[in-house]
Amino acid sequence: MKEKIAKKIKHIILIIWLVLCIFPLYWLLAFSLKNNNEIFNGNPLALPKVWQFENYKSAMSVGNVLVYFRNSIFVTALTIVIVIITSVMASYALSRLIFVGRKMLNILFVLGLTIPIHAALLPVFLILQKIGFLNSYASLIIPYSAFALSMAILICNSFMAGIPYELEDAACIDGCGTLGIFFRVIVPLMRPALSTIAIFTFLQAWNELMFATVFISDSQHRTLTVGIQTLAGTYSTNWGPIGAALAIATFPTIVVYLFMSNKVQQSLIAGAVKG
Amino acid sequence: MDKVRHNKGAAIILLLPAIILFVSIIIIPIICSGYYSLTEWDGIRDKVFIGFSNYRELFEGEVLRGSIKNMLLLALCAVGIQLPLALVFAILISGGIKGEKMYMTVFFIPVMLSTVVIGQLWLKIYNPSHGLLNGILSMIGLENYADSWLGNQGKVLAAVFVPMIWQYVGYHMLLMYAGIKSINSEIIEAAKIDGANGFQIACRITIPMLMPVLEVCTIFAVTGAFKSFDLIYILTGGGPAHASEVPSTLMFTEIFQKNHYGVGSAIAIFIILICFTSAIIIKRIFKRWEV
Repeated sequence: MKEKIAKKIKHIILIIWLVLCIFPLYWLLAFSLKNNNEIFNGNPLALPKVWQFENYKSAMSVGNVLVYFRNSIFVTALTIVIVIITSVMASYALSRLIFVGRKMLNILFVLGLTIPIHAALLPVFLILQKIGFLNSYASLIIPYSAFALSMAILICNSFMAGIPYELEDAACIDGCGTLGIFFRVIVPLMRPALSTIAIFTFLQAWNELMFATVFISDSQHRTLTVGIQTLAGTYSTNWGPIGAALAIATFPTIVVYLFMSNKVQQSLIAGAVKG
Repeated sequence: MDKVRHNKGAAIILLLPAIILFVSIIIIPIICSGYYSLTEWDGIRDKVFIGFSNYRELFEGEVLRGSIKNMLLLALCAVGIQLPLALVFAILISGGIKGEKMYMTVFFIPVMLSTVVIGQLWLKIYNPSHGLLNGILSMIGLENYADSWLGNQGKVLAAVFVPMIWQYVGYHMLLMYAGIKSINSEIIEAAKIDGANGFQIACRITIPMLMPVLEVCTIFAVTGAFKSFDLIYILTGGGPAHASEVPSTLMFTEIFQKNHYGVGSAIAIFIILICFTSAIIIKRIFKRWEV
């Protein structure tokens, strides 16, 4: 009996938080489909009476949300590719090759983890300004890659530690050189690490706001974060289209997450515990 | 094999891209920031070297002191509210409850949301005339408690902290959950046989064995609070009248609105240093607790 009550209390606590997690999203979805009259005068918790799909249309056409979405995908994808290539390469050298300064380099990359992105904002801005790289995808991709690198190298190192040395020795006897071993033995075995790195880098690059606000001012190159910020500024009194833009920015990631939540969670655990 | 491992050429080729990225985007800019912070510079005229005057001016000024206070308060709330909430949820969920998987998945959704989306969403929740919060308050007959929230100097800080804490509870819970799951279940079984109840198991076994994870979480929570920018920038920009200012938002206004490059860089250096030292201090503290 006592146990039953305890179980009920547990569920009640968890369900309260569950509602707090989902409710803002429900509310967003509901008001993204309402007209202003219903949003401002109706019951805030109710479903829309007349479903206003026009909100989505105007978010896409006038608000350019699809362009921003495409930009975000492009910037994030390229960042992930760069981070994966550079971190796997560096990690092999850092964990398996022997050279002077290896230890110091390892420490340097670990220290990179604690460095906040603010530190680079002004200098990188000034450099980009000088070489005329503001308002380009590269102005985001390169800094994002640099700031994701530390975590990626740490993740790689921990995966690399699980690869037995004997495999390399065998490949060496078969006549592989250092780079041959890297490409034929190490790279194929690092595949499980890649999704972990990709997920970490995705979360960082997809959500980044500070660099994107400062480095990008034309609407052509805006990523979703900045795009939504500007959109919210211009449509401050017309909630429906903003809601639609927020929904477009949010629900694809949520759906993808729901399909692979296991993988995402395991990756983040691996990254944090090993990092 | 020895020759293969000592291949200097290969090491350089493999490391070069990472080092170029790291040095050009992180190391050199930090050195630049350090140098700028010692100058008076508006980005147009020549830099004038003024030593540590920027730092002195900052620490004597009310605004930065206020922002540091807010930052520390945020860190305190993260450690004092966010982590305990996460710990309670992690313990409850990991104890073999129905719907374990579902709770985990849903609690983690806020982490997956973009901060801009969360910011814009909460702007609408707090909206004084049409917001969700005031709407719900008036629905349940508490319209007297309706407020302008983000416009109220006394309440803005709490209003800003709520979504910040809300967003990352799921993340810490995930790490703690994984930590609890990796504790040897035989220990807990043995305690149960000895007659320990759930609360005793949590306090005497789970939490002490979770210390390494709690250390990681504390470092993330504290440095995360020190770095926080996005949500405050979106919700209030540091206002009204600096009531919700933190160092990073102050840095942003100093640099990009007032063109005080020197002062802004000094704040940037301050943020780096405080993140660094806090991580070290937290590690020290936990070392003393771990057996």
